[in-house]
Amino acid sequence: MAAGSDQKKYKVIGTRPIRPDGADKVTGRAIYGADVQLSGLVHGKILRSPHAHAKIKSVDVSAALQAAGVLAVVTGADFPELKDKIAQLGEGAVNLAYLSGNLLARDKVLYKGHAVAAVAARTANQAEEALKKIRVEYEPLPAVTWVLDAMQDDAPLLHDDIHTDSMGNQSEKPSNISTHLHFETGDVGQGFKQADVVIEREFKTASVHQGYIEPHVATALWNTDGRLKIWTSTQGSFTARQQTAELLQIPVSQVTVVPCEIGGGFGGKISVYLEPVAALLSRKCGRPVKMTMTREACFEATGPTPGSYMRVKIGATKEGKIVAGEAYLAYDAGAYPGGMIGPGCMCVFSCYEFPNAVVDGYDVMLNKPKTQAYRAPGATHAALACETIIDELAEKLKLDPIEFRLMNAAQEGTRRVDGPVYPRVGLIECLEAAKASEHYQSSLKGPNRGRGVAAGFWFNIGLKSAATANVNADGCVTLLEGSTDIGGSRASIAMQLAETLGIAAEDVHPAVVDTDSVGYTDVTGGSRVTFATGMAVYQVGRKIRAQMMERAAELWEVDAASVSEADGVYSSGEHSLPFKELAVKLHEIGGPIVGSASVNPQGSSNGFGVQIADVEVDPETGKVSVLRYTVIQDAGQAIHPSYVEGQMQGGAVQGIGWALNEEYFYGDDGQMKNASFLDYRMPTALDVPMIETIIVEVPNPEHPFGVRGVGETPIVPPVAAMANAVYAATGVRMRDIPMSPPKLWKALAEKESS
Amino acid sequence: MKPFDYTAPSTIADAVSLLSQHNGEARVLAGGTDILVQLREGLREAGIVIDVKKIAELRALDCCSTSGLTLGASTPCAEIYGNADVCTAYPALTDAARIIGGWQIQSRASIGGNLCNASPAADSIPALIALNAVALVAGPNGQREIPVADFCTAPGRNALAAGELLVCLQFPAPSAKSSSAYQRFIPRNEMDIAVVGVGSWLQLDESGQTILSARVALGAVAPTPVFAAEASDWLAGKPATEDTYRQAGELARKSASPISDMRGTAEYRVHLVGVLTQRTLAKAVQRAVAQRAAG
Repeated sequence: MAAGSDQKKYKVIGTRPIRPDGADKVTGRAIYGADVQLSGLVHGKILRSPHAHAKIKSVDVSAALQAAGVLAVVTGADFPELKDKIAQLGEGAVNLAYLSGNLLARDKVLYKGHAVAAVAARTANQAEEALKKIRVEYEPLPAVTWVLDAMQDDAPLLHDDIHTDSMGNQSEKPSNISTHLHFETGDVGQGFKQADVVIEREFKTASVHQGYIEPHVATALWNTDGRLKIWTSTQGSFTARQQTAELLQIPVSQVTVVPCEIGGGFGGKISVYLEPVAALLSRKCGRPVKMTMTREACFEATGPTPGSYMRVKIGATKEGKIVAGEAYLAYDAGAYPGGMIGPGCMCVFSCYEFPNAVVDGYDVMLNKPKTQAYRAPGATHAALACETIIDELAEKLKLDPIEFRLMNAAQEGTRRVDGPVYPRVGLIECLEAAKASEHYQSSLKGPNRGRGVAAGFWFNIGLKSAATANVNADGCVTLLEGSTDIGGSRASIAMQLAETLGIAAEDVHPAVVDTDSVGYTDVTGGSRVTFATGMAVYQVGRKIRAQMMERAAELWEVDAASVSEADGVYSSGEHSLPFKELAVKLHEIGGPIVGSASVNPQGSSNGFGVQIADVEVDPETGKVSVLRYTVIQDAGQAIHPSYVEGQMQGGAVQGIGWALNEEYFYGDDGQMKNASFLDYRMPTALDVPMIETIIVEVPNPEHPFGVRGVGETPIVPPVAAMANAVYAATGVRMRDIPMSPPKLWKALAEKESS
Repeated sequence: MKPFDYTAPSTIADAVSLLSQHNGEARVLAGGTDILVQLREGLREAGIVIDVKKIAELRALDCCSTSGLTLGASTPCAEIYGNADVCTAYPALTDAARIIGGWQIQSRASIGGNLCNASPAADSIPALIALNAVALVAGPNGQREIPVADFCTAPGRNALAAGELLVCLQFPAPSAKSSSAYQRFIPRNEMDIAVVGVGSWLQLDESGQTILSARVALGAVAPTPVFAAEASDWLAGKPATEDTYRQAGELARKSASPISDMRGTAEYRVHLVGVLTQRTLAKAVQRAVAQRAAG
């Protein structure tokens, strides 16, 4: 159901056509990374560190080179020397030495599962057997896997060349804290003095993984002409191309990346892991090399989202006005600097008017895999802290939790703690829709049951997108785009082109093509594709329309200025032809029409959402059942409502998993003990009810159709909403996430005995 | 994974001879849902894999009200819970068979394989112990019987000697007014491994008010599934009430010696033994009473 859309402004947008990639996907014909087969293909496997932290004293690959079927072996020494080389990779500067060191370790291994060497052999089994013949001599070092431990002066140091950057100043001694961020607005001291109620709490969250179903997989062919071609499962073919070229120190134009269909990414398939290694192996053996990760390697050696420690304090007046906030956030970055602390700091107070606030954030390295983006990276943690305290304040002030949020909700003109002032945003509309929903109005009866609500914010970025469209002789349009389709974007992009041209969605045939076949396009991430690539195809459509008007003038022998277009029908005087009929005549009037555009919108489209959770807790086991769950979100304008709803449901389910059971469980040896889907417990279809959705539409003034991104906001509120619901059900505040049954049972037992 | 040979004998004698011949490097495949994963992940190695599904005795499913149940070692779970007689007479067994993996797994995975794999958290083993099942084993020196309670010796290890093959499991005929139940605790609702599992069997007296005898067995709380002897013995002669089940749960906790790991703390597991003992006893009584009403 869509609230707020009172008009039928559009013909295509807002409808639910069948997705263009549907038939291939449901019949198994779509080509995913694992489906790539090439003549002479061989298989690569990676040897990984058994230690969480160790010096590499020596690596001897001689026996492996002699093993049956082996064609090539590579180690970190095969990468070019990259010390102090900085590359701009779309999402900020990256120190290439760290990126390369993460792909194949050189002097030290920094986490269990860190790649040390790779083998290519005729069969996957031969490659695996050869790995056993590589002799690595390690000198184990003490490991640290909890963020606060890693911040101590006497903690094992991961990098002796990294010093804390604090607002541009470097610490004297090397440190595991790579960055200290500080944001401030107003006068916090004065703010807290005005408060009648102040609540300060500590929170901990465990590392969680995106859990994409398809493991990382890549095939590389380094051809004899020096050109490198890569087939891979990636969120960004151009980013994969650039990372690979930079790491191998070859020109980007020497590399072609063919994006395969992708079985989930959620932020975890932006960084390269296998591509450059497969390329090095291919260069050595002269054959295409395919590499596929195991699930264990995905958990141990790709990028989860940070574990965190947070201490947050909020003050409000007895009338219910927030007056001050203070946040201390320490997020782990994994083994290399550059985690998710920045967005965490910017998001923590992003939903409300905070006249006075201060936020300190710390990016902390420890012996875990390098963190990567996971759907609104860093925001879910921060929302847990803020939204739990907001819930406590509402209770203390005897205010309805949605009412209290409405009294303080961010709106047009609100200044976020990190500086930006919001344009028109939709949080108030989401809160109103939540309050009016049948779910919130219904009563929840029965013992051990409770309802929680939480709000959330995510930026949703713009960045670079390109597209090309060809008008075919039958009046259909072929659309070439560089945005890999993870969440139904072929449909949402094609629909925006169809709307612009005034033709049916089915008459646009979208294709996601390789890096040689379309203009530069940034990653499918940041909830940017429907927004930015949509903007690109809008421009493509306008360019095609302009050319069609000229051709119509030529056909009718009238002045071009006299031709107009409305709803896809071109007219001048008594002449009139719909797009498809005019297109059929193009070969007589100047030949085919092509439109291309490249856009680079800046800033954020600001997505807000609210979620309502009803739970029941088994007091004897601490197990939480989700009885009912509703996601309310401002989509700006829903292009294909089914996929907007799908994003809202998917984000909520991932957040529910994060709240209840998902965690990187570390032993005292610094090793992850649950690197499998058996013991890393993501929710199954039987663990969640049908997630209800309410799409709110407050059009984004910065987009021709009003689109705001939708993919990430839905994972921001769930952990807080679940924690608030568990409190309502049991009277216990869970601030140590996940609220797994052993922990919740213990908390219930302690409450019982006190 | 190293390459291995594959063979599928059709008689027990051939299978035993192959096992003896390839002593140490032969692995038995029934459903294959454990061994294939273990081979692929390098947890076990095999020179030869012996598929025993083609041996008639290992596919048996004979349920008789007087002689009991003979369950072939490679009979898949789906066939077991698809048999109405087995469901009625041995509900703890079918409770377990229904929750081992998903449907695809259940159409291949066998109870015999679950037992031989000897996981401390195996779902079927507490049910087998509660139901007093006996393993019939064939070897180079003929056949012998091993009570299931003695079958597992350590995580992943069992009492089979070199060259021995599990043929079937034999269950005593159901006594009047008896029933059973198996439950496990998992944090999710499916596709998970037991944090704790408890199987309970009991027999009520004529009135249905008093427990004549009972057997409680525990999973995932020790290196092997264990028979909770103290709780089981204590239950004989006690009234069939919630308070009895709760006290039995307290006693069953004494038989648990769990570790703390990613699936739960030792303290939590001991607590769950109490909860699940209580719940399975109540369920078994409810079933025994319902059976009496129906009969």
